[in-house]
Amino acid sequence: MTLDMVQRGDTVRILKIEDPQVRFQAIRFGIGEGTDVRCAEKLPAGPIVLRRGRQEIAIGRDIARTISVEAV
Amino acid sequence: MHGHHGQHGLQGAVATPIRGSAHGHHGHRGHRVDHDGAAGRWIVLVGNPNTGKSVFFNVLTGIYVDVSNFPGTTVDVSQGRWEDDLILDTPGIYGVAAFNDEERVARDIIVQADMVLNIVDAVHMERDLFLTQQLIDMGIPLVVALNMMDEAEAQGLKIDLKQLEESLGVPVIPTVAVKQQGMEALKAAIPNARRGQIDPTLVTKLRSWYGTDDPTPEILLAAEGDEEMAARCGFPAMAAREELYLHRRQRVNDLIARAVTDTRGEGGFGETLGRWMIRPLTGVPFLAGVLVLLYLLIGSLIAQQIVGFTEKTVMVGVYEPFVRGLVGRVLAPDSPLSVLLAGEFGLITMTVTYIVGLLLPLVIGFYLALAVMEDSGYLPRLATLVDRALTGFGLNGRAIVPLILGLGCVTMATMTTRILGSQRERRIAVALLGLTIPCSAQLAVITAMLAGLGPGYAALYTFIIVAILVAVGTVLNLLLPGKSTGLLIDLPPLRVPRPINVVKKTLGKVKMFLSDAGPLFALGSILLSVLQISGGLQGIQGLLAPLTVGWMQLPREASTAFVMGFVRRDFGAAGLLTMQLTPMQTLVALITLTLFVPCIASVMMLFKERGWREAVVVWVGCLVSAFVVGGALSQLLIRG
Repeated sequence: MTLDMVQRGDTVRILKIEDPQVRFQAIRFGIGEGTDVRCAEKLPAGPIVLRRGRQEIAIGRDIARTISVEAV
Repeated sequence: MHGHHGQHGLQGAVATPIRGSAHGHHGHRGHRVDHDGAAGRWIVLVGNPNTGKSVFFNVLTGIYVDVSNFPGTTVDVSQGRWEDDLILDTPGIYGVAAFNDEERVARDIIVQADMVLNIVDAVHMERDLFLTQQLIDMGIPLVVALNMMDEAEAQGLKIDLKQLEESLGVPVIPTVAVKQQGMEALKAAIPNARRGQIDPTLVTKLRSWYGTDDPTPEILLAAEGDEEMAARCGFPAMAAREELYLHRRQRVNDLIARAVTDTRGEGGFGETLGRWMIRPLTGVPFLAGVLVLLYLLIGSLIAQQIVGFTEKTVMVGVYEPFVRGLVGRVLAPDSPLSVLLAGEFGLITMTVTYIVGLLLPLVIGFYLALAVMEDSGYLPRLATLVDRALTGFGLNGRAIVPLILGLGCVTMATMTTRILGSQRERRIAVALLGLTIPCSAQLAVITAMLAGLGPGYAALYTFIIVAILVAVGTVLNLLLPGKSTGLLIDLPPLRVPRPINVVKKTLGKVKMFLSDAGPLFALGSILLSVLQISGGLQGIQGLLAPLTVGWMQLPREASTAFVMGFVRRDFGAAGLLTMQLTPMQTLVALITLTLFVPCIASVMMLFKERGWREAVVVWVGCLVSAFVVGGALSQLLIRG
């Protein structure tokens, strides 16, 4: 499934990030491919906030659609 | 613009392999540091955004630095002296590469550093240590300041400093910079800066690719695919960025697993409040609350009470008669020079009254509010909240930064559109800025005038401007080819802004505003006086009469406001203040002036950032839509 399908509170593993630019930035933020993250917030039709440790990252819905994840 | 000076200076410096001669290129913006002789090292401050870097800079050098921390607000490099060494501050970055302007600027300084003082947020080590390890992998001598230790402790994070120091291989000094804790220990540790534990896998790879196991910053960045750095060190660039990033991430994660224990996992009230700001159900009311506070501060307290005193009582009541009297003693009242100096649009009467009595209090108020929003960490959350709405205009949430900055200064905001991810987004943002966003000076005059009319008119004005913003944004998004980029931002922790930082930042911005607006105001007033003396103003008023009187149903003198508006829109808006207008006429005039062409400084910035073709399109577009919308509104509202 893709990241836009997760619900608030779900923990998922990031499998694949399509856009290389997004991929590099995600690794720097600590949410790269293979990382387990929790969906801390999901705005209606809007961004998804991922949390890992104390780090929170907001990801727009369009980017979320291009990120494959699996439930953990 | 400062960023440009910085960049040029730095490029000059970087191109020169001999550092001694490079120092001369470094000075900019009056902070030039003369580097007499070869003594003294370059100590470069590097850290993620929001780590309190500027406080360290202040402690070491004592020189004030603008601490804007939201990506893109300034790409400015500050420098100062500490003992014999040169301290250079860099923009907050998440890693060293060339993904954006800030990173390029930071990279070009870091590669020249003798040592780096790396500021790490103890609460966000997962994020910050990626940069730390990258700096170590570059082979630069390093000292780490582990800042905000008090916060980490309060949030239940246990950090094994010894373990951390061992794993990184560099001195790690715990600090609480805002409370001046650990600063002496840090100063004492600077001479002990040393190269840390370079990732062994990396060393193996560098040996097989380049035949060296002694990386320099250029070599590491070349391996990470940086063509520019590859050319500089003479090795080919490798397409290994992802591989190296993943290794580094793994290494940092392992390191944190060894050195940090999270006893709680949650961050207390700040975190809850942060959530509320993002969730629409609570975030929208919160934003509304912020806007109401902003209105109470700027629109009510400052625009009415304070400006009422500074403008009417002090400037018009005392100052103007006084200087008129002075001029009257030397010059005949109708002589051209007298009109130029102390006439209706006089250089030392109207110009000074507008700037000091009217604009200064309002601009200070606006920048204070903006500084608080910036320093508290609210802006990135606001970007998240409004992301959905902005995608309708082909923008993402980050565009709220130039749009809000535009409420401060459209010139500054036009420059900031560079943080947007694509040409398409920049194009849309500058068009919206030029057309619909009133700058603080203009907003101030508008608020003052609307406040006199009552909340109904203020609401109507806001509704019309927002409707136009939405319409133009939506149409541009439909018409412009290409694809916009999405939102991907870090949400820094909420922190109570430090009053001293807020005040310093505000003063810096106000100074910038005055030096930018002052000459333009003077130019505008000279232009108007010349037109008045030569009778040109009457001519223009007559020429524009069909437009202003016939189509827009405003008095003839309103043309003066539009002529002034070419210089600065707020200048034009301020011109309306003294005119006898019905409430509906005021509304029509204000809407027209809001949509009117951006000020000369913004237009120059527009030309520079977007090229002449796009600038002309935006400028003419503003002019046409201002009169079309203003007139249509007048026909609709005033004739019923």
